[in-house]
Amino acid sequence: MATLELEIAEEAVTQPARKGRRLGTLFWLAIGWMVFMFAAAVFAPVLPLPSPTDMDMLERRAPFSVEHWLGTDGLGRDELARLIYGARISLVVGLCAPVIGLTVGGALGMLAGYFRGRFESMVVGSMDVLLAFPPLILALAVTAYLGQSIFNLTCILGALGIPAFMRVARAATLTLARREFVIAAQALGATHARILLRELLPNVILPLFAFFLLGVAVTIVVEGSLSFLGLGVPPPISSWGSMIGEGRESLDVAPRLAFLPAAAMFLTVLSFNLVGDTLRALTDPRQGAL
Amino acid sequence: MAFFVARRLLYLVPVLIAVSLLTFSIASLLPGDLAYTILGDQATPENVAALRADMGLDQPIWWRYLSWLGNVMQGDFGRSFRTGQTVLQAVSERLPVSIELMLLAQLGALAIGVPLAIVCAARNGSPFDRFMTGSAFGMLSVPTFLSAILLIYLFAVELRWLPATGYVPFGEDPVANLRFMVLPALTLALAEWPGIMRVLRSDMIATLQEDYIALAKAKGLTPARILFVHALKPSSLTLVTITGINIGRLIGGAVIVETVFALPGIGRLLIGAILTRDLIILQGVVLLVGAGFVLMNFIVDLLYAVLDPRIRHGHA
Repeated sequence: MATLELEIAEEAVTQPARKGRRLGTLFWLAIGWMVFMFAAAVFAPVLPLPSPTDMDMLERRAPFSVEHWLGTDGLGRDELARLIYGARISLVVGLCAPVIGLTVGGALGMLAGYFRGRFESMVVGSMDVLLAFPPLILALAVTAYLGQSIFNLTCILGALGIPAFMRVARAATLTLARREFVIAAQALGATHARILLRELLPNVILPLFAFFLLGVAVTIVVEGSLSFLGLGVPPPISSWGSMIGEGRESLDVAPRLAFLPAAAMFLTVLSFNLVGDTLRALTDPRQGAL
Repeated sequence: MAFFVARRLLYLVPVLIAVSLLTFSIASLLPGDLAYTILGDQATPENVAALRADMGLDQPIWWRYLSWLGNVMQGDFGRSFRTGQTVLQAVSERLPVSIELMLLAQLGALAIGVPLAIVCAARNGSPFDRFMTGSAFGMLSVPTFLSAILLIYLFAVELRWLPATGYVPFGEDPVANLRFMVLPALTLALAEWPGIMRVLRSDMIATLQEDYIALAKAKGLTPARILFVHALKPSSLTLVTITGINIGRLIGGAVIVETVFALPGIGRLLIGAILTRDLIILQGVVLLVGAGFVLMNFIVDLLYAVLDPRIRHGHA
């Protein structure tokens, strides 16, 4: 996905991460927010919440109250419940799609970086084609044909992430494959599969995981954009993007209907970016990583 | 240089063919029959069969691809079955709006990002630098549609300084046109400046440690002259590369911004085609945007090679 501007240079993973570096308060705050969102999303059905789809036409755009902690939206639905159920959509799509990118892209990148040759140029070439489209345009075009559903959305966004993961995995593998421990394993007669899985994978997985977290942030944004345009998850399922889109209509009377999901989305994306960037800096011994 | 251009041009051909293949297969292989979509309620088996034969949908897929590609090569991208407009007409009507939007956005992003980067690099590590680097990082987490909503709320709903939606062509009334363009361009610029600022700042910090900068200081040149004349140009190489990468995000952002601010650009055309299931327009726009994106990246590559001779000779 071209929106991911981070790229791990070829020499990125030549040293193990330095131990004992301070992670900082912000890092732990971000982790705290992620845990909080996860817990709320997972336990949404057992929390004492009103239904996110029950409309109450007499209580439209109600202010904060004991019954509706964060008020109600334009159709009288409980805002807090919709926020929490919206978190489920954003997190399910946001986490599952990069998993597709991580596994497929990671595997392709490792194979390409390890075996080199014609296979590598084929993989890199086909990924270049996928990158030849602005990602949002491709996502829009494919959803238009496939139809809107959470499953389709996840698959498309996952496929769009493959090239970026492939690049990261390939770059890491390229340098690692020349290291002594790999040469030693080859000399001992280890099979390709063993070298890839036991020697290379544990080293490649760290930068890939840091990249995965950044991928989650990007995916949540793209899912939000599609839902905001009305082309993401179909109604009445609430997603943060579609809630912001609905809130746009009442910016003058009840701006909180747009700003509450906006704040939730911003904090979540920021958390994933922060944690991902910190982990990337830890796995990247080059100084001057921003 | 000629060799470099020729090699890059040769590489362009398979990529463009693949782009057309991908566009075509998205439109043709996925479920949903174009004939049913066009006929809607009037779809009887006979009607559908007649229309399919008429549009060549009963031909084998490779033949349809080749004849479509042949038409595209001759500039015939097809005609919308909803409005009767050809794809080229529709696109050329709306392209100026999108280009103006993206140019203004890029200018705005440079106007915010470059000075900030220079000041931050000059005072590397100062509270101002840390504050700006932090804000840039935070801004990277703000989706385009979020800043759009925020700006509309602030400038159109609360302050009532600028219109929230609408468009007037530049030729009709330049002032009104710019008034409509300020918020959309600013929205996109807000998404773009952090990238510019981060890249230029870190390159500039590296440049400022070079010996010739120390020499310039020793000669007693003013800091402004050192920063702008001696340090800026050698530091701006990476900036050019990320411009290429950012064009993709800019196009995606333009789709959202045009929709939010009701600007009649390519993005709105695309969204409209999706919502009305106008597949011919959709296919044509996706192909043109994809090809345009590939070409722009090609130009950025060339520009980069002009700026940095090492690339041409394959040393970098």
